[in-house]
Amino acid sequence: MVAQIKMPALSPTMTEGKLSKWLIKKSSKVVSGDIIAEIETDKATMEIEAVDDGLLYEIFVEEGTDNVAVGSTLALIKEDNDTEDQLNSFLEKNNIKNLSEKDKKIVQEINSKTNKEIHDTNVDKKFMNVKENIPKDERIKISPLAKRIALKNNINFSSLLGTGPHGRIVKKDIEDLIKSNKNITSFDSHHKSSSDKSYRDITHSSMRKTIADRLVKSATEAPHFFLSVDCDISEINKIRENVNKGDTNISINDFIIKASALALKKFPKANCSWNNDFIRYYNSYDISVAVAVEDGLITPIVKNAISKGIEEISIEVKLLASKAKKGELSPEEYSGGNFTVSNLGMFGIKNFNAIINPPQSMILAVGKAEPRAVVSNNEITISNLMTVTLSCDHRAVDGALGAQWLNKFKDFIENPSLMLL
Amino acid sequence: MVKQIQRFHREPIINVIIGLKMTNLKDVIIIGGGPGGYVSAIRASQLGLNVTLIENKELGGICLNWGCIPTKSLLKVSEFKKNLDKFKDFGFNISGEITFDIEKIVKRSRDASKQLSSGVKFLLKKNKVEVIKGFASISSIAEFIEINITKDNGNNEKLETKNLVIATGAIPKSLPGIDNESDRIWTAKEAMIPKKLPKSLTIIGSGAIGIEFASFYNDMGSKVTVIEAEKNIMPNEDEEISELAKSIFTKKGIKFFNNAQLQTIDLTKNNAISKFKIDNKIHEIVSENVLVAIGVKGNISNLGIEKFSIKTENGHIVTNKKMETNVKNIYAIGDVTSPPWLAHKASHEGVIVAEIMAGHQKNHELKKEVIPGCTYSNPQIASIGLTEKQAKQKDIKLKIGKFPFLANGKSITIGDTEGIVKTIFNKETGELIGAHLIGSDVTELINSLSVAKTLETTEIELMKTVFAHPTLSETLHESVLSAYDKAIHI
Repeated sequence: MVAQIKMPALSPTMTEGKLSKWLIKKSSKVVSGDIIAEIETDKATMEIEAVDDGLLYEIFVEEGTDNVAVGSTLALIKEDNDTEDQLNSFLEKNNIKNLSEKDKKIVQEINSKTNKEIHDTNVDKKFMNVKENIPKDERIKISPLAKRIALKNNINFSSLLGTGPHGRIVKKDIEDLIKSNKNITSFDSHHKSSSDKSYRDITHSSMRKTIADRLVKSATEAPHFFLSVDCDISEINKIRENVNKGDTNISINDFIIKASALALKKFPKANCSWNNDFIRYYNSYDISVAVAVEDGLITPIVKNAISKGIEEISIEVKLLASKAKKGELSPEEYSGGNFTVSNLGMFGIKNFNAIINPPQSMILAVGKAEPRAVVSNNEITISNLMTVTLSCDHRAVDGALGAQWLNKFKDFIENPSLMLL
Repeated sequence: MVKQIQRFHREPIINVIIGLKMTNLKDVIIIGGGPGGYVSAIRASQLGLNVTLIENKELGGICLNWGCIPTKSLLKVSEFKKNLDKFKDFGFNISGEITFDIEKIVKRSRDASKQLSSGVKFLLKKNKVEVIKGFASISSIAEFIEINITKDNGNNEKLETKNLVIATGAIPKSLPGIDNESDRIWTAKEAMIPKKLPKSLTIIGSGAIGIEFASFYNDMGSKVTVIEAEKNIMPNEDEEISELAKSIFTKKGIKFFNNAQLQTIDLTKNNAISKFKIDNKIHEIVSENVLVAIGVKGNISNLGIEKFSIKTENGHIVTNKKMETNVKNIYAIGDVTSPPWLAHKASHEGVIVAEIMAGHQKNHELKKEVIPGCTYSNPQIASIGLTEKQAKQKDIKLKIGKFPFLANGKSITIGDTEGIVKTIFNKETGELIGAHLIGSDVTELINSLSVAKTLETTEIELMKTVFAHPTLSETLHESVLSAYDKAIHI
């Protein structure tokens, strides 16, 4: 088994520490009990002990690195029988990239820069660590009894939010779901036989409840303001004409996802979420995409959209959307995300104001792209325009920042070649 | 205008300070310092609320002073006494008479209560809960709730609070038409502090309290008769367990009368004569004392319950799942509310109500089916969830497992082989619907099954659990295996 060395929490309140020293070099042998590194907190210096035998295969955090979040992967230990393939698949699965020395430097530079930029705004530095991809918990929390009942009744519980401790799905949740499903069917049959009722009541599905809870929270707690801008998509359409041949079918939305991620990178202060005591700034560029499904919507995530090509994004969005419609998304595919794109252009909507998807701080509402008459140089010309409206949580993102972000976004959309840089 | 503002600007502040002192507004007042009240007070204080606890008698309530705790001390004594008879089996040669001193036995049980009561006092102090000794009642309800406290010296004090928790517990039900003041007629309290061991004792009622005292006095040498109105003793337990308990206790010398309607208790100079009817036939039992243990009723007299129209049912306050009464900001927990009337249920409700008052949104309501019930007789009886009969009434398809302690290695080594573990599962879902145990230390064993039930495990997790060997707990495992025809040791 490949073992990760993670930043330990040396006290209950510790959220980050400094990796002051590696005591074992890369590629050296490690025996369980060996002291492999020294960690410094504001209170003390402590040692990290190896708990597995093996080889110190890879170091991800260089010594002397400050503000390393608790739980982030510091190094990998390869055990004797681990093959190269196993290691690679482990790295891939856990989103830990095998960075070259050069890449590491870039990542560190970016991080130290962002660190400096936001240092004085008193943020939770937990998410400013050197490695941005902490493996996510893939486990669905469900009691064995609830699981048994769900499987017996062919209920997909992967997207259900439980009412037990820490969102654990318990018997009652599944039973409620069965009951509400029954209500719908029994009502339908009832409705056919007697049409004396002028209305029908359908018990909330758990998705409906989640949508209601989250959006009420967002609409009531987050002070929304809205910024609209028209984007000329002629250049994007030119590219699409050239590439959309054969099986390839890249949509405007795919460009919008990429442009959103890039604009977030240009304005990292906009990539954040409001919390009671702090604003959390993200180092990831995970873009949620609103997908309408039967009786609701869900926002699967294009993770790390910044480093993906447009075609890669396009394929991923199609896959996520089809999974979403079938109810097959796994929780990690829809939990998290830094920014949301909601596109109603296909319904002919010109523009609209979206409610922010909490705890995110911004959402982009995309309208229909269409030829419109535009006055330029005192002449009326025809342009292919698309109106986008950015909703911002004013607690975390101010007007000027939102406007700057939106202008940058417009810039990328109107000059898609910039996205190549 | 400006001048006026300058002139008066200090006054309002002074008024506010004086106002606060005068009204002495609390976040929470809790009436009753039993296992519901004191736990709730500590939790509420931990959550930053300003809490005052009012107790008329001893901290710790009935449980600690006149219930759970002192009776467990007494029952340890009778367990020792029972084991004396076994010493020979274990290789001891005992000669001469072994005697006991009832006064010392009672004192030891009182000391246990005292020690724990002062422990509660310490815990409350540590958690900055203000404790007032006196009798509390609701005196008015307006924006806030006003409580009047009558102290021991007759003085009255009034306090105002935003929230009130009624945790006054329960008192024994008494029999109508019987001289309850007589020394011969006991409630549990008198049975806990006997001046001498009665030669004979009649116990009316065979619930947990009746059976615990029956077991104690029988083991100590009194001639015990139990009169029960229902068909089975311990009517709340699984029928199979009730029957087994009755046969074990009968073998030990306790006499039972079931389906018995008590008519009168006549007092003579030295005895009490209990007259009861079974199938229209009158029976008479003469005994030195009679213990009336026919249940409890809410302790709600003189609290202001009627005056402020707080809803009650059969002498207990009615609450919803959030422990709210029908009056805003007045909560009730524990024995003063609906059954089961158990200390651990009261404490759990105390925590829940504290968290509700502190504004916690998520509140995991207490499910009654996961509250275990225990009787600390010899042998002990413990249960959780539905009985077989209750489950069948719900039309649930069942898988039932049983395992006797006689087939358990540890039981044989300690010489306690009486009893069984019965587990009931839903055949379709594998849910542990109920568990019913009788035997040595089953009040400890039941907690494993409480965890299992709370976590919603199915038979599979229980089967996969590795139970240490040799332990009494292995009987739990074997009972589950037996429900699915997989038992090994039987």
